[in-house]
Amino acid sequence: MTAVTSTPVTAAPSSRLRRWRKVDPVLILSVLWCALTVLVAVAAPLLAPYDPSQTDILAAAQGPSAQHWFGTDAVGRDIFSRVLYGARLSLLGPALVVVIATTAGTTLAIAAVWFGGWFDRVLTRVLDIAFAFPPLLLAVLSVVLFGPGLTAPVVALAVAYTPYIARVVRSAALRERHLPYIESCTLAGLSGPRICVRHILPNVLPLVRAQAVTSLGSSLLDLGAISFVGLGIQPPNAEWGLMVSDGRTALLNGSPQESLAAGFMIIITVVAFNMLGERLAERAEVRA
Amino acid sequence: MSELLGLENLRKVFPVRAAAGEPAGELVAVDDVSFTLPPGGSLAVVGESGSGKTTVARMVAGLETPTSGRITLDGEPREAARAGRGARKARARQIQMVFQDPYTSLDAKQTIEAAIEELLRAHFDWDADRRRERVAQLLAQVGLDKRQGGARPRALSGGQRQRAAIARALALEPRLLILDEAVAALDVSVQAQIINLLADLRAETGVAYLFISHDLGVVRQISDDCVVMHRGRVVEAGRTTTVLDDPQDPYTRRLLSAVPRPGWVPRRRATSGASA
Ligand SMILES: Nc1ncnc2c1ncn2[C@@H]1O[C@H](COP(=O)(O)OP(=O)(O)OP(=O)(O)O)[C@@H](O)[C@H]1O
Ligand SMILES: [Mg+2]
Repeated sequence: MTAVTSTPVTAAPSSRLRRWRKVDPVLILSVLWCALTVLVAVAAPLLAPYDPSQTDILAAAQGPSAQHWFGTDAVGRDIFSRVLYGARLSLLGPALVVVIATTAGTTLAIAAVWFGGWFDRVLTRVLDIAFAFPPLLLAVLSVVLFGPGLTAPVVALAVAYTPYIARVVRSAALRERHLPYIESCTLAGLSGPRICVRHILPNVLPLVRAQAVTSLGSSLLDLGAISFVGLGIQPPNAEWGLMVSDGRTALLNGSPQESLAAGFMIIITVVAFNMLGERLAERAEVRA
Repeated sequence: MSELLGLENLRKVFPVRAAAGEPAGELVAVDDVSFTLPPGGSLAVVGESGSGKTTVARMVAGLETPTSGRITLDGEPREAARAGRGARKARARQIQMVFQDPYTSLDAKQTIEAAIEELLRAHFDWDADRRRERVAQLLAQVGLDKRQGGARPRALSGGQRQRAAIARALALEPRLLILDEAVAALDVSVQAQIINLLADLRAETGVAYLFISHDLGVVRQISDDCVVMHRGRVVEAGRTTTVLDDPQDPYTRRLLSAVPRPGWVPRRRATSGASA
């Protein structure tokens, strides 16, 4: 009996040690960067030195200086302040896309796995078809129908991302579905919804989380591209994709600060979300 | 003799998908199996791998539908699996099951206490105090302490997990507990502890066991009666001692000759002095 009870006690320090040895600089940087951008989005009014929409024709198209760290844009707005404020809309869009797509995808996937049969077959077919539509094309169509702004691209991308999430979650949920612990819940007389929500969902949640974070990155990129081509967020709002586009004239005139700063923010943030999502996925795999 | 569980001419045929070079067909996993189990009794189903033991257990549990034949509990046919909330709960309080692999038969995200409490909450109109008391009582019954009760399965050994699975199965005070190879995945010393525990629990609670095993040594310790299966059919049945000490069927004899008996020395240990 002593041998049996001592197992977890000796296991704990060794696994903690292993975690320490695996300090992962990429992961730490990704987490820090993601936290930082979220913080910037929330605290933009406190951090930004200028009002992001305050124009100043006399100070237009200036290079970097002590007053304007990243210079000013064509109508004299402070680029640094606009980059900070831009975090708000640039992150809000992806957050909405991911919340909708993750909720819909996970619900559909678990329901399909639970009911099985024709429901699962139909859903799998529909998802296969949905995969054929590139997210950007869907977004363009949606904008044609509903007009530019935040809503149309967000709805379109949410629809486009749902099948990706659903497919990943479905295969994980399918694995769980046939494990004895689910059968033992059925035998114990627990209801189907309860088993799905209280047992299958928590067990696939690490994977859902990983998938959601990765999708944050890709939808940030997609929404940025939509804004860049003028179909998303409209001027004079501050948003990174839009700023890359706004800065094009200045870029050709030899002052690339606006496009560069906004483009840099997009790329680094996308990479950070992707890295973080990848690591979370690895951990979810290890656990499963 | 009164009867808790009755199986009459139970049969299960699985459709088999076409494999390379083989046409699609049917596989008769269980063929015309009948036996009865008295209340509080302990019946073992033995047989080699693939003989249909698990399929019998799953049909009795209601996880698999028989192709033909009847399963009765207290003389009443078992109600259909999907028959509304009341029937579902009533079925749950009749029969519970402990699975072979204690690593996959408990929810990894749930503490042992939470898993037991969930069942109590679903089945009884008790207040939180009463449920907590009952959880503590069940944990004590299977020999788990407070810390182990608050742990997730990951932090427990195989034997402790199997104790937890047994506590959970007994929470609903079922009339019948099905144990499908419930000790097969455990070390021999832990196996002995669990078998003793099962014997104690049966004496305390009056629950009946349907014990599925291929290990005749274990069967001898745990069961009153025993049914020997071979290729889906019952080849021999009777009191465990009679069947194991004086087997009539050649298949049972073969099964017995493959099992270590008292006085039998494992070859590796006998020669370990020479090879080491
Ligand atoms: N769901 C299923 N579909 C098709 N065939 C099945 C299914 N379940 C079991 N079988 C087949 O039925 C036969 C009996 O299987 P069963 O699991 O009942 O045997 P068992 O006696 O429990 O064996 P073991 O000791 O290995 O657990 C086997 O040939 C098996 O392949
Ligand atoms: Mg089996």
